[in-house]
Amino acid sequence: MGIRERLSGNEAVAVALKQIDPDVVAAYPITPSTEVPQYFAQFVADGQVNTEFVTVESEHSAMSACITATAAGGRSATITSACGLALMWELLYVASGSRLPVTLAVVNRALSGPININNDHSDSMGARDSGWIQLYSENNQEAYDNYIMSLRIAEHKDVMLPVMTCQDGFITSHAIENIELLEDDKVKKFVGEYKPEHSLLSGERLSIGPYDTPMFYFEHQYQRARAMVDSKKVILEVSKEFGELSGRHYGLFEEYKMEDAERAIIVLNSTAGTAKAVVDELRSKGEKVGIIKLRVFRPFPMEELAKALAHVKAVAVMDKAESFSGIGGPVFGDVRSACYELKTRPHIINYIYGLGGRDVPMSDIQIVFDALKEVVKNDNPGEIYRHVGVRGV
Amino acid sequence: MAYNLKVEASKPERFVGGHRLCAGCGAGVAVRGVLRALNDEDKSVSGVATSCLEVSSCLYPFTAWNDCFIHSAFENVAASVSGAEAAYNALKRKGKVKDTYKFIAFGGDGGTYDIGFQALSGAMERGHDMVYVCYDNEAYMNTGLQRSSATPKYAEVSTAPVGSKIPGKAQFKKDLTETIVAHDIPYVAQTTFMTNFKDLHEKAYKAHYTPGPAFLNVLAPCPRGWRYPPEDLMAICKLAVDTCVWPLYEVIDGEWKLTYEPKTKLPVTDYLKPQGRFSHMFKPGAEYMIEDFQKEVDKKWERLLKKCK
Repeated sequence: MGIRERLSGNEAVAVALKQIDPDVVAAYPITPSTEVPQYFAQFVADGQVNTEFVTVESEHSAMSACITATAAGGRSATITSACGLALMWELLYVASGSRLPVTLAVVNRALSGPININNDHSDSMGARDSGWIQLYSENNQEAYDNYIMSLRIAEHKDVMLPVMTCQDGFITSHAIENIELLEDDKVKKFVGEYKPEHSLLSGERLSIGPYDTPMFYFEHQYQRARAMVDSKKVILEVSKEFGELSGRHYGLFEEYKMEDAERAIIVLNSTAGTAKAVVDELRSKGEKVGIIKLRVFRPFPMEELAKALAHVKAVAVMDKAESFSGIGGPVFGDVRSACYELKTRPHIINYIYGLGGRDVPMSDIQIVFDALKEVVKNDNPGEIYRHVGVRGV
Repeated sequence: MAYNLKVEASKPERFVGGHRLCAGCGAGVAVRGVLRALNDEDKSVSGVATSCLEVSSCLYPFTAWNDCFIHSAFENVAASVSGAEAAYNALKRKGKVKDTYKFIAFGGDGGTYDIGFQALSGAMERGHDMVYVCYDNEAYMNTGLQRSSATPKYAEVSTAPVGSKIPGKAQFKKDLTETIVAHDIPYVAQTTFMTNFKDLHEKAYKAHYTPGPAFLNVLAPCPRGWRYPPEDLMAICKLAVDTCVWPLYEVIDGEWKLTYEPKTKLPVTDYLKPQGRFSHMFKPGAEYMIEDFQKEVDKKWERLLKKCK
């Protein structure tokens, strides 16, 4: 039995960091993730952790310091949001390309411009092709659990890729909820020690980050891509082990009332909670609706998702990010592609929603389920790329 | 023990031959000199900013670095090395690392004066026990001789060419060494390659073994970019110093000390003349450029002398 607590999402991540006690934390303030390094700074000031806390002068330097700290054989972590993640962009690719298992807690916030400090997923969705594993969290409990699991996934010898765990800025980062923490010793035992095969301080002579010519670059990229494919198995293994330890079980995604669902919504992070409430209401009226909450977005669970959607008549993929592709959001593109090989494909439409902290009431989810009813009735998706909750549309 | 080049040069190299830097390149000379000043028993981790040095010394699957090396990007080498130093402190405290490691960041002038300036300032301010070495060849040589804030006034570079209206670079060189002195770190020095390398060696030694952050600015000529014969590296360095274009000094805990004073201060033309990048300054009608250049060097030299009193 764990420890019952009441924590905000930011505090939950900070507590996870305290329990893990990494070698190096390098961080720079940005709303809404700032609280995490603040809480952590207090743990450092009070001697509750044995970490080198590097208060860098930018997020670019935070990621740079984490990359080298990890290469040096230390376990390193950072935390950021929005523009901070954007400033790290260049180094995100270096971390994964150098196969360094850095962990990053992202508190999702809209990217500028214009500047907006509230939640959407434009930051992490923009980083979706950077070679980082991405885990999404519905609530504070999941933010805590995902973060603890992220180290084991990243550092697994078959993976050696960095992991970002995401939660919704303000919605979960600043909301205090009941949470069940693991005991410190259990966390320490679960994450174990970081023992890389090679490191700068191990006594060996090692060069990391070479100039990679056309003779070898492609092979290295192939290996990196392969590791992403292989990470799916590791994510499931680590999640299983975590489930045995905590009683909380995680897969690649959560299916909520999907067994006989004819209409489904796919969503990630906190909106899943709102959508579940709508599903409950509609189910009580006899409507066959369900949701799929994606936990793992990178690697994308293509086959598993296709299987889960095979019996559904109409699906709405909800994206809390624009991709400005002219054809819908990032999750939509991947889900639609995943379903292509199905013998009978559901109709799939896309809703962009909740950008820049626009509130997502249950009535918006209701609008989406109603729209899906029309799609089923007409056996025609109609307009595919849609928006909900935006005025004048 | 007194400095002896023969003894120093017989030590095992930490940066070995076989790299692909150009003949006469100052970057490799700077790296060898700085690493040679490490105590034999100490290990080192060198971070290198994207640069000629990086792409020429570590091409997969080869490396010229006999100690540990890491490169991640252009503008972040100071932050990058500060991460290694932080990990070292943590691992040392936990008893996981036994050896003594020293941490060095190498950047060219582009990676130091310009794009890496923020990370450098941050790392110096935070007080990491590391040495930042700028090998200053006064332009973006890796990408083909573009202007940096370290490029001297009037020098011809590819993004400040000599044209019929504009005679090369319009601004004087930024004084980065003084900027780092203003960070009030324990050790800052300006050096280059002189005679038996004593100046570079002793400054590098002090930089390595003064606890806390240290900064070395090493004038490291680029024969291709500066347009002089590669075998003249040492002569060019000597002229830079004897004309007071590149004075040698160090600042220890805020105390300024001149480490070399030319017996006769030579006119800047002695330094400018052998370099093709300044050749337009010697054409009829360009006399004002020489005057302007000389005036600036004199002004800065007088100012430095006052600080070193």
